Amino acid sequence: MLPIEPDEYLSETLRAAGMLSVRRGCDTGMCGLCTVLVDGTPILSCSTLSARTDGHTVHTLEGMQEEASEFTKYLTEQGAEQCGFCAPGFILTVLAMKRELQTPTEEAIRRYLNGNLCRCTGYMGQMRTVRRYMGLPEPEVD
Amino acid sequence: MIGQSIPKLDAQALVTGKPVYTDDLAAYHHALIVKILRSPHAHARIRSIDKSHAEKIPGVACILTHEDVPHCRYTNSGESYPEPCPHDRFLLEPVVRYVGDEVAIVAAESEKAAARALELIRVDYEILPAVLDFTNAENNPVLVHAPNEGVFMPDDVGLDCAHNVVSRHKVQKGDLSSALSSSDRVVTGEFFTPPQSHCMMETHRSFCFPDEFGRLTFWTSTQSPFHTRRQTAAALGLPYNRIRVMKPRVGGAFGGKNITVCEPYVGIVTLKTGRPAKMVLTRKETFTATASRHEMRFRITLGASADGTLKAVQVDCLNNTGAYGEDGPAVTMVSAGNMLPMHNRTDAIEFTGTTVYTNLLPGGAMRGYGAAQSTFAIECMMDELADACGIDPIAFRLKNCAKEGDTGGILTTPIRSSSLLRCIARGREMIGWNEKYPVQQLSETRLRAVGMAAATHGSGVQNIGQAAVSIRLEEDGTYLMRSGATDLGTGSDTILTQIAAQVLNCPVSRINTRTADTDGPYDTGAFASCTTYVTGNAVIKAAESFKNRLFTWAGKRMACPPDTLVLLEDRVAMQNDPSRFMELSGIGMATMIGDNAMLEATETYLCTDAPNPFAAGFAEIDLDLETGKIDLHQFVLVVDCGKVINPALARIQAEGGVVQSIGYALYEQPVRDQKGRLITDSFMQYKIPTRLDVRNIRVAFEESSEPTGPFGAKSLGELVIHTPAPAIANALFHATGIKLHELPMTPEKVYRALCARGLNKYPRRVAQEGMH
Repeated sequence: MLPIEPDEYLSETLRAAGMLSVRRGCDTGMCGLCTVLVDGTPILSCSTLSARTDGHTVHTLEGMQEEASEFTKYLTEQGAEQCGFCAPGFILTVLAMKRELQTPTEEAIRRYLNGNLCRCTGYMGQMRTVRRYMGLPEPEVD
Repeated sequence: MIGQSIPKLDAQALVTGKPVYTDDLAAYHHALIVKILRSPHAHARIRSIDKSHAEKIPGVACILTHEDVPHCRYTNSGESYPEPCPHDRFLLEPVVRYVGDEVAIVAAESEKAAARALELIRVDYEILPAVLDFTNAENNPVLVHAPNEGVFMPDDVGLDCAHNVVSRHKVQKGDLSSALSSSDRVVTGEFFTPPQSHCMMETHRSFCFPDEFGRLTFWTSTQSPFHTRRQTAAALGLPYNRIRVMKPRVGGAFGGKNITVCEPYVGIVTLKTGRPAKMVLTRKETFTATASRHEMRFRITLGASADGTLKAVQVDCLNNTGAYGEDGPAVTMVSAGNMLPMHNRTDAIEFTGTTVYTNLLPGGAMRGYGAAQSTFAIECMMDELADACGIDPIAFRLKNCAKEGDTGGILTTPIRSSSLLRCIARGREMIGWNEKYPVQQLSETRLRAVGMAAATHGSGVQNIGQAAVSIRLEEDGTYLMRSGATDLGTGSDTILTQIAAQVLNCPVSRINTRTADTDGPYDTGAFASCTTYVTGNAVIKAAESFKNRLFTWAGKRMACPPDTLVLLEDRVAMQNDPSRFMELSGIGMATMIGDNAMLEATETYLCTDAPNPFAAGFAEIDLDLETGKIDLHQFVLVVDCGKVINPALARIQAEGGVVQSIGYALYEQPVRDQKGRLITDSFMQYKIPTRLDVRNIRVAFEESSEPTGPFGAKSLGELVIHTPAPAIANALFHATGIKLHELPMTPEKVYRALCARGLNKYPRRVAQEGMH
């Protein structure tokens, strides 16, 4: 149980509780950095009131290390974590996607991950990693 | 070790979300929250500030205005001394010069208390007329900085506050007027390149606490700890040695964190209160109150003979540095210096550049640093000149581009390595240029076209960029390497360790690397594409020097000349008799005792060459004639960065640079209102590329071997941002004849240009259904 204020957002609560993998990159719910899993579903903790998660299960990357290890191994082999600041939110979204998408396609994974911005990698290395993790082929260019 | 794609040494910490960034380290202290009250006006004089109501908010520790802080001139630029940057800032002063300028500092126990206090500070402004158009800044009756107020530049390159001019530059080769008059084909063009926001995912932030000796100690998200220390000391009126700056992991920077934008403000709070303090900028503040890529105008005239030989290059550059000078003059210089070497074979070159003040968001360092802007302009003009000569744009570049062995003219050192010709040939093949050039009709309303551009850059700052590296043997026979290099997420700590491991003939796991602490060895910092080249060379020097000391030490004990020894992973052995050896762990222990026994070497490398890397970029675009929208179908970048030290990290960095330039070319459009306020201040309004926008980016390397580089390496980080924007513009030119000289190439601008040429298609849906 964590004590909260009525107007407190989940990202603030989690950081105050020492879950420092939860980061913020914008003021407008646009960047995906603060993504955590609530009952397994990715949500933006910067714009979710902590009170709304009362009685629900919240996972941050701190609690998903084992489940994340296969994907993060691929990520580091590509060097696609780069600065690493967006990594926790991105990784949690990928883990949820793996469970959620019944028939992953190139378009489907792009759309699923579109809310996770990255300014370092240009996405290419991240997408190579995601395809490997999801068992998708590298697309060909005509 | 060299040429191996080993994962970044900090990768595990990053992908497991460990607390290794500035704000994470602050979380373990009870730090005051520092916030800034910012000016809503582009130019105003502060008549009075009433902080009495704000000070009553519970939890407010202090509120500081210009009356409460030291009045010391400084620049927030992270350039090396003597910097060509005007010292035109005070921590706070009774004049504000752009929307976002600092007015007051609030420090409080909580975010809420600080935010509430900001709301309650009452400021009485006398609003002044403002310079909001950089093309009429010079000779404007409104002065951004009044003369005779003590603004100065350590390296003065033409500061003239009476005319809003920060610097003037000229670069010349040959006789321009005779080269132009003897040219058969002459083309001219005017270009506008907008500001660009860095949009690093971690906004600017800094954390400061007093250490046990009372020194101001910073953990801060910076690109240049030493320059940050110098400028912070200047702002606070402190000796340098009263400040220590350390850089933890950084969440992206791209030049944006080569300014001292937070440190003086948290520093003054710690000085005043004796308390740890931290400042984390909001995204809006990072957009509106830090720095952006410099907005520029280029006027270019090129001349060629009928056979397509480039004869004359004339470039006039006007650079908007905004309200404070910062990197403005250096960016103007680099827009010449890291672009013109490509065209040095021509008879005549004339570059003139002027940097001007305005009452707008300051320009600052951003990846590409002037050369991204100038390369866009000149590479578009090169295509137009090739077209005027009736020559294929690739043939034109192959004929006129810089080549290995070039010397003289505007070159300060010879081009000792270049595989640009191979880069162009490979890119041409990868994109299928011969089948695709210039344009294909995909449908009645869609065209597909290719375009290309070539680019160069530098590697470090010539005769200024400097790095020191220290290597010592630990008791257990492993190594500790310390340097001032500043890894921003690119992996430079890993690259430098690979270079050391190559010289020390061991795996990277035997080397601990500790960087970016002003209490350690000096380094200019991570800017000007310098770390692999400059610090990498220092690593080699230090490792070689260390080996010499080690061999001398071991030779005495093994009774053999030092030059008969070799260094293996864990031992020193005799070259011709490996059974005679000493283990490094034993040596490490033995050197713990003895007069001058410690095996440690520190060496300094000064960047004297700053060699040019090269790249060729090829864009294939789909153009929608109904909407003017350009979709990038694919982009191919072929790079000559000399030897590639770590292919995986090089590839990621190149891909990332390409996508930043695609954003610059197509999406990222800063918009200001009539009062000079930047209204594109969130990711909602300012669109950086997403996963849906970019695909099919392919990067290849054509290695050359740079004789002055560490194992043949040159720079990479900035070079890769230069070609996408001009290659896309040139594809549009090939598709339609449109010369779009203004970035970004939004559908609206393209559609207007299509209409002007009668190439647009009226949207069928609208034609059929009518307007609603």
